[in-house]
Amino acid sequence: MMGFDRRLVEHFDWLLFCLTVGLLCIGLLGIYSATYEGPSQASPQLIRQLIWVAVGFCGMGLAFAIDYRRLERWAYLLYGAGLGLLILVPLIGSFGGGARRWIHIGVFSLQPAEFMKIGLLLVLARLYHRSVPTEGYGIREILVPAVFVALPAIFILWQPNLGTAITLGLLFLTLTFAAGLRLRSLSILALVGSGILPFVWTYLKPYQQQRVLSFLYPDIDPLGASYHMIQSKVTVGSGMFWGKGFLLGTQNRLDFLPEKHTDFVFAVFAEEWGFVGALGLLVLYFLLLARLLVIALRARERFGLLLTVGVAGIVFWQLVINTGMNVGVLPVVGVPLPLLSYGGSSLLTTMVAIGLALNVSTRRFLF
Amino acid sequence: MDERSEVFASQETLAACYRRIGVISLIVLFVFCALGFRLWQLQIVEGAHFRTLSENNRLRLNRLPSIRGLMLDRTGRVVVENRPSFDVVLVPEDTKDRLTTLRTLVSYLPETAGLLEGKVPRNPRRPAYEGISVARDVSWDTLVAIEAHQLDLPGVTVEVSSKRSYAAGNFASHLLGYVGEVNNTEMAQYKGYRPGDLVGKVGLEKVWEEDLRGYNGGQQIEVDATGRKLRILDEVKTQPGYNLRLTLDLELQEQVERALGEAEGAVVVLAVETGEVLALANRPAFNPNLFARGIKSNEWRALVENPLHPLTNRALRGQYPPGSIFKPIMALAALEEKIVTPETQFRCQGGLPFGGRTFHCWKRSGHGLVDLKQALVQSCDVYFYQIGQRLGIQKIAQSARRFWLGQDLGLALDASPGVIPDIAWKRRHFNAPWYTGETLSVVIGQSYVVTTPLQMAVATAAIANGGVVYRPLFVKQVIGVDGEPIQTFAPEIITRANFSEEHLRIVRDAMREVVHGERGTGKKAFLPHIGVAGKTGTSQVVSGIRGKDADVPRRHRDHAWFIAFAPAQAPEIAVACLLEHAGRGGGAVAAPVVRQILEAYFHISEQRNLENDGIRQTPS
Repeated sequence: MMGFDRRLVEHFDWLLFCLTVGLLCIGLLGIYSATYEGPSQASPQLIRQLIWVAVGFCGMGLAFAIDYRRLERWAYLLYGAGLGLLILVPLIGSFGGGARRWIHIGVFSLQPAEFMKIGLLLVLARLYHRSVPTEGYGIREILVPAVFVALPAIFILWQPNLGTAITLGLLFLTLTFAAGLRLRSLSILALVGSGILPFVWTYLKPYQQQRVLSFLYPDIDPLGASYHMIQSKVTVGSGMFWGKGFLLGTQNRLDFLPEKHTDFVFAVFAEEWGFVGALGLLVLYFLLLARLLVIALRARERFGLLLTVGVAGIVFWQLVINTGMNVGVLPVVGVPLPLLSYGGSSLLTTMVAIGLALNVSTRRFLF
Repeated sequence: MDERSEVFASQETLAACYRRIGVISLIVLFVFCALGFRLWQLQIVEGAHFRTLSENNRLRLNRLPSIRGLMLDRTGRVVVENRPSFDVVLVPEDTKDRLTTLRTLVSYLPETAGLLEGKVPRNPRRPAYEGISVARDVSWDTLVAIEAHQLDLPGVTVEVSSKRSYAAGNFASHLLGYVGEVNNTEMAQYKGYRPGDLVGKVGLEKVWEEDLRGYNGGQQIEVDATGRKLRILDEVKTQPGYNLRLTLDLELQEQVERALGEAEGAVVVLAVETGEVLALANRPAFNPNLFARGIKSNEWRALVENPLHPLTNRALRGQYPPGSIFKPIMALAALEEKIVTPETQFRCQGGLPFGGRTFHCWKRSGHGLVDLKQALVQSCDVYFYQIGQRLGIQKIAQSARRFWLGQDLGLALDASPGVIPDIAWKRRHFNAPWYTGETLSVVIGQSYVVTTPLQMAVATAAIANGGVVYRPLFVKQVIGVDGEPIQTFAPEIITRANFSEEHLRIVRDAMREVVHGERGTGKKAFLPHIGVAGKTGTSQVVSGIRGKDADVPRRHRDHAWFIAFAPAQAPEIAVACLLEHAGRGGGAVAAPVVRQILEAYFHISEQRNLENDGIRQTPS
């Protein structure tokens, strides 16, 4: 099983792979433009991201090569490792932007919260794979998975890193739904969720509250909290139909757009490539997600199906939150755009996740 | 392979999963449609709007204010110019240690001490790297100190702006006017002004605003998000305003101002053959430089609350009963209407009984038998009562209007028309019939008759030049940036009084006798070598009060008038001088002022002739 199998090559999912590479290229283009300093030099961010792409391909290869059913057995181990790293953050982590999220290793910094997504995905898929109630899950049956989500989520919220915590929560909901949740339980969850919201509000940090407020009332303080939102809308909108041209986005190049190579790389792209480019990018993402769902449908067994749905969930929810914030329909929450935003941990995590999907896609022919 | 995997891989459970994946696919599809719609909304529907906003982010327009045109006198001397004003500007983003910088700044510029107490003017809309003006128009010493210590003052710069400067101080200030920051009304009235721009507020500065202002230029500068200026994308050069060559003679103006001294009143000097205003002075005056540097509220209040109204242009706006200076015109009317000949005599016994009361002559002892010439020379009221009775109010009014009294001179400057009453006028204003007794008052320039000093100067010039009523001319030329005239203004005739030259000569001779005659009332205007023709006037403010008395309140005292032209035989200039509430006769106080002015005029004229540059042959 571990030996090289010719069928792995024959049945390799080139479509998923090519879509991934295409999105990576667009991301590099965006980061190149967002960090452009002059024609002669590549920015340090671009170089670092290129290295991370290489690392990402290694991670992807690894996630592809090891039979995913073996990974299922390692699920708790990987989850535990992720949680361990997460616990290390408050101890040896470093600050950045008012939060302690990173562990530095040499010139690279890791964000364990990102890796936690993979660990949680494996554990949840395993849990829902191993116990399947005939009537669908009730509230009691999802308590254990909920605890597995809550544990890292608390650490991540504490950093604070609202975006990643939300992503984990949405991953949990997606998998639970895909695994089969009773309709009654779903409505109870929805009710409890809306009941909790006001309490969540009081636990948000002031800057997070500001962001939500400025989303609801963008004109409160145009140079303060709502600056991101307003400038992002201006950036996207000013691209108009054809865009301002590569490296010619004024909002981007003159620094009117903050966080442009990370959270707002979509806006950078939309400014320079216009409606045509931005819509094309969305189409690529849509194809990627559609492919992932098709892989899920074709999966031979439940674990593979859930794993792939989880991968789609990770990509989809981050995409929705990130682009939603870029086009001003969601509050500013620091969630990267999968495969496009600058950031090694996020990139590696997404590529590993896609590696898992490739794994499932290719191995359906092997048994 | 895990056994349980196979159990759960049963088609049954998977089929349920497939349905749910179908639901998920629908959600994904819906979300992508929503995102696509949002992009369409932002980039297509509102794209142009956001493009504008992004351009506004990036582009900053820097206005380059134009340089206001100068005003030169008729010989080319500068009357109104611009001077540099050095303003100290603080760019907070450029100060490294703001407190230290401010402390250093205050040591050189004590008036900025407020900055240390956190009184940096805060403007939340101020773009970054845009300077805050902390002191305007600093002294030369301060400027040198700040420039010399530039290294200790990071973020402090000196910017040069242009301030209006009235070289002659308060000379002719009412005529020249002043500039001030544009207000909302003016912005609605003229085009292309922004708050903070200067605009002519009164006087020639206001009337010639369009020519003086020039065109503001601008720079389109690209800035980054921190406000740093990256490059100039486009620049529109400023275009300086046009210069005005006035009809004013600065040297004569100085002499007029000096002659007027501190007495309240006004003087107008006209060129007889053109209507050009050679000098125009008012008292009290104000210093337009106060306005140019930004008038302080206490200074403004002092000007506005001053009971003598220093801001009023008395020469154009002040309406005074002309008194006896009205008589030459009445004499012309009487000759024209053949009511009298030069030989006709009336006896003055110090008054004329009429309608149950006596109309007194100013000389209560009477003048005895007087003819027209003597009536003018001695300013005999009774003679004019006699002709007034015979002329009637309608003829009197008609004659006065032929010299454009009581009528609008049609100036761009604010001027009053005065009043020449007649029957219709009285009905209109008082809804009352005309009484003949009133005619007797009108004929000696009292009652309802009021005129401005400028109007009397115009009428005097018309008597001197054979009856041509010229529109007073203030500006000879508009001169372009290259020094070439753009527009030249020729003398403009309003009307011809159409009195026969013979009658005019009789009156002119009489007016010469006023100054040169043994019994003339205007002897104090006498010049030894040049014939001066004039007429005194002492106009009553309150009837019955002959104000030599010191205890008469100022506002009830008589006005003193003197009108003159010279040389009597070939008149060049006409002068009207009014001394408000002087309390003494025109011959006593106004005639000496005019004498001084005429003397100065001929002195200047003689000197310029030696230099081959006379007032008469003015360069154009």
